[in-house]
Amino acid sequence: MRKSEKQEDVRFGKFGTVSFTKTTRVNDFIDYLENGKIMASQCKTCGQIFFPPRADCCQCLSSDMQWHEVTGTGKLVSFSELKFAPIGFDNDLPYSIALLDYGDFRVFGRIDSRLDTAEVKIGMAMVTVANTLANGQRNYIFKKA
Amino acid sequence: MSKVGIIGVGQSKFVRKYPGSIRELAFEGFKEAVLDAGLTVKDISASVLCSAPEYDKQRSPAAIVAEYLGLNPQPTFYVETLCSSSSTGLKLAYSLVASGVHDVVAVIGLQKMSEISSAESQERMGRGGDIQWESPFGTMMPAYYAMYAQAHMEKYGTTLEDLAAIRVKAATYGQINDRAVYRKSVTPQMFTDPDDMMSGPVASPLRVGDCCANADGASCIIVANEEKARRFSKRPIWILGIGAASASVNLTGRDLFTGLRVAEQAAKQAYAMAGVGPKDIDVAEVHDCFTIAELMAYENLGFAKPGEGKELIRSRETYKEGRIPINVDGGLLSKGHPIGATGGSQVRTIVLQLRGEAGDMQVKNPQIGLVHNIGGVGVYGNVTILGNQ
Repeated sequence: MRKSEKQEDVRFGKFGTVSFTKTTRVNDFIDYLENGKIMASQCKTCGQIFFPPRADCCQCLSSDMQWHEVTGTGKLVSFSELKFAPIGFDNDLPYSIALLDYGDFRVFGRIDSRLDTAEVKIGMAMVTVANTLANGQRNYIFKKA
Repeated sequence: MSKVGIIGVGQSKFVRKYPGSIRELAFEGFKEAVLDAGLTVKDISASVLCSAPEYDKQRSPAAIVAEYLGLNPQPTFYVETLCSSSSTGLKLAYSLVASGVHDVVAVIGLQKMSEISSAESQERMGRGGDIQWESPFGTMMPAYYAMYAQAHMEKYGTTLEDLAAIRVKAATYGQINDRAVYRKSVTPQMFTDPDDMMSGPVASPLRVGDCCANADGASCIIVANEEKARRFSKRPIWILGIGAASASVNLTGRDLFTGLRVAEQAAKQAYAMAGVGPKDIDVAEVHDCFTIAELMAYENLGFAKPGEGKELIRSRETYKEGRIPINVDGGLLSKGHPIGATGGSQVRTIVLQLRGEAGDMQVKNPQIGLVHNIGGVGVYGNVTILGNQ
């Protein structure tokens, strides 16, 4: 490699069964995920918390952000179990996508596939945990609290 | 503000696979609208092309369509808001005419969804949401709307039978609309028969029968300022109100899962501009890409209180003879949903209704009609109110 060529930071390519974008200014999210932590971002200027994390605050236009760990439980807002999937996700079927409400922010993701669908109820308390997929990719899943 | 009228409407047949190119497809809707308006191509001072680019092989399709339709050297614009592209095009055309920049504008909507292979289509299907933070979980349009259905059923007691009833209504009118892709009848029993395709699970709680089909199709709406509208048309239909709103793509940015905020907001704007309310609407077209979407539209447009949309379909008030006839052309569920053409097709239906030219689908003597057209899963909301006075 020539000296002038910088290695491209493509860490985000590890996110999800299929990742559709490899570069983002919040790539450190992946390092935290690999260490078992789910991170939101918080604007140092106005204090607003964002999930998914952002590099820039749309409230005060500051780009001075810090990481804020997603902890505790969220309430299941809604979910759906898929019987068909887009290309690249067939091996994951069936799986459920869902949204958790943490009060200050919400988290979109998947429900733990080991959880019996009959046990999934809107309003139930769940936690967000880091997960490694069968193909080695990383994501996070919701488990019963 | 000066009045803006619709003087011509056109629509191709919506089909599974159009045996021609996109410019030829555009011609089918355009020709009907130009003949309907009683003008010549040279009378059109600008065109707006509306399509969802993920299905187009042609880059910058507005130019190729303008060329084929003889719309050079007039300016042409390309707009996209997913499934509501041609309603957005209508709002742009309205603005161009109301501001005096142009006098007659053609809004051309089209989609040839069969332009790409089914594998390509399935790949694009996965990129309907936020590709950075949602798509890597394996999302698709029916599953997002299914989350709304799940929440609505949980909170308000809406049932799977209510959703099936909406599809049954759509099919009632799809059978008498010769432009529709799905012309067959649908019965409630099909949704409970495990051997029937309609009952097949897609994304819980939605079944195959709850979802509209892909289609190829084109539409065209010609709008004009008051002077030109009265000169060309014996019966111009006036744009009384036009509202639009946007919302977060990522569901994390939403605060309501039993309805669409963009529809509420667009409706509020359109009603205020038109100086009318939900009770004044005589006939409506709503965006029923999924059965739950129509049910939520009843509530978001004020035809029913939140949670009471199910009562409207149970009492058949949204049938042709009911209090507020909705989608009496078969809706997206039976007509099919060629993304960029859909809004224009909805507007065409209401214009024909307000002129008394809707044939077997005609509602009794409507004066004011409404079009509700949504892009994405409540990302873009558009509500347009039309009147024949």
